[in-house]
Amino acid sequence: MAFLELRNVHKSYKTGNEVTEVLSDINLEIEEGEFVAIVGFTGSGKTTLINLINGLHFPDKGEVLLKGKTIMGPGPDRGVVFQNYSLLPWLTVYQNIMLAVNEIFSDLSKKEKDAHVRKYIEMVNLSHATDKRPSELSGGMRQRVSVARALAMNPEVLLMDEPLSALDALTRGTLQEEIINIWSQDKKTALLITNDVDEGIIMADRIIPLKPGPKATLGPEFKINLERPRDVTAINKNPEFKRLRNDILEYLIEVGADRRQASNQKYELPRLNPVMPGRVRFGIKKETEKTKYF
Amino acid sequence: MKDKIIKTIRFIGLGFFEPLVRLAAGEDQKKNLSDVFKKIVFPILSIFLFLALWEGGASYLYNTEAQRKIEKERTDRGDEAAAAMIACIESGDISCQPNTLPSPTQVYGAYKALLKDHNIISKKKEDFESKTAKINEKRKAKGQDPITYTGRPSFVDQIGTSIKTVFAGFLLAAIIAIPIGIIMGLSPTLRTSFNWLIQIFKPVSPVVWLLLVFMIVKTLISNPDLDKSFIISFISVGLCSMWATLVNTSMGVSTVDKDFINVSKVLKLNIGQNIFKVVLPASFPLIFTGLRITLSVAWMVLIAIELLAQSPGLGSFVWEEFQNGANDSNAKIIVAMFVIGGIGFLLERIMLVIQKLVTFNKADLA
Repeated sequence: MAFLELRNVHKSYKTGNEVTEVLSDINLEIEEGEFVAIVGFTGSGKTTLINLINGLHFPDKGEVLLKGKTIMGPGPDRGVVFQNYSLLPWLTVYQNIMLAVNEIFSDLSKKEKDAHVRKYIEMVNLSHATDKRPSELSGGMRQRVSVARALAMNPEVLLMDEPLSALDALTRGTLQEEIINIWSQDKKTALLITNDVDEGIIMADRIIPLKPGPKATLGPEFKINLERPRDVTAINKNPEFKRLRNDILEYLIEVGADRRQASNQKYELPRLNPVMPGRVRFGIKKETEKTKYF
Repeated sequence: MKDKIIKTIRFIGLGFFEPLVRLAAGEDQKKNLSDVFKKIVFPILSIFLFLALWEGGASYLYNTEAQRKIEKERTDRGDEAAAAMIACIESGDISCQPNTLPSPTQVYGAYKALLKDHNIISKKKEDFESKTAKINEKRKAKGQDPITYTGRPSFVDQIGTSIKTVFAGFLLAAIIAIPIGIIMGLSPTLRTSFNWLIQIFKPVSPVVWLLLVFMIVKTLISNPDLDKSFIISFISVGLCSMWATLVNTSMGVSTVDKDFINVSKVLKLNIGQNIFKVVLPASFPLIFTGLRITLSVAWMVLIAIELLAQSPGLGSFVWEEFQNGANDSNAKIIVAMFVIGGIGFLLERIMLVIQKLVTFNKADLA
């Protein structure tokens, strides 16, 4: 039995009488300690998928099981890192993390809680910003706080919903490494949702593409057999990395093209003749047109 | 040092002093001098312009009224009486002054007279208290009620009463409106089911509220020692002004960012933590806007309510002066008007500072 399991999960949204099936027949098994990445196009239902696992949404059909038990709502056993950080702007870094710790480790003493919070702030290298508010932090720092908050709950599964997609490429690289370093310390089960194939290959043990929606479903999995720790700069030249990236991208482009072909809509393009403004003939200056305002 | 001062004056809403501070620190003279003109000199000039317009208008009205008086005398009682009237008006006799809009000088005079009156009354009160101190001690020993001063209140006392009334009313409004607003904000069912009540009661006139409160308080409170007029007026002020806070609170709570709610759900916060750590701080900006509107409405309806409830505040001061019809009554009414406006402005500023202290900046959300 897998640690986290999705069985024939269907999810659709209703607007009036119109039903859009976002996810269709999702089957996923994640073993304990595994790092799985789900890669997909924007709008393919990735966030819906993660919301089904963290308990904010429920499937219409099928089951989501954690350690064999159906998920009945959000819980401290699943830490979530949101795409837009979702830190509370009126609380400092310390207070934001303390809010989570207070709730989940309510039986700890004040001192123990304090030590716990500080340990996780230290882990994401933010000790210097302990008493700053989110507005005083950069995007990368905010996301680190968000990661620290999720980890401080000591979850059994770490769910990351496009955690790095709002960051610039350089910050992304460093944060990818940091998250992997933290993860490798206690090898928690982790599920990463991303739209960046490279990110998936660098971080995960397994990549599963999500076909574009509506009626999105999971594609065939790609195993990543690269040694850890993976060096972000060196890996670019690794032939295995290149092969994997090409395979996955090819697959994604293929399903994307299928999707487009599946819709039979034809677009009529208007006939346009190119116009060169301001240049009628060489040597002859075009008369400037007077604009009439009244 | 300089930056600190600038930060503080900006914080308390006195940002227009900023160029002066910069100038004193010897920073970019040309730009700051022009800023001083724009932000300090021109506003002061505009005040003088207003005063000049007022003075001109008042003297025009004075002349028109005087002319009418003389003409009336002439048609009623002949030329001789008219001449006597002219002489009387010119002599400055109080009995025949034209009764119209007072000029700024007259208002300033009335203001000084009111202060003088206050000094006299507080002196009297002090004398009375020192005289009765011994007697009161004896009465207290015997278990009797002490003798208190029951003379006429001065203008300053009346301002005090009004501020007390507004404050009590405002507190009442906040205590009622914020919790109900939160509950309504959290439950869409309650929101829609109470919406009609709010829509009906919101536009009800302060006078009607007063009568309503009077009907209830009259029956409920029979103890003659309680200051009924104060109780009635502060409850009416509270009921009149609480709607803005109620609507804004429910609106703020119901529109908390979905991300924050998701965080609260994922962290499994209990209801109390959810309300106090997430929902309330997120809706503070809107709640405070509501409270500020409430305070200004409270101060606005106060005059009408005090006037009818016979509470010894600024409202009844205005009404008494109007009924009184003495020579400087009109000027005193205008003094009261400026005092009301000034205090309203001050209260608004205080609320703004408190709002800045307790709420996070909306721009921080980004």
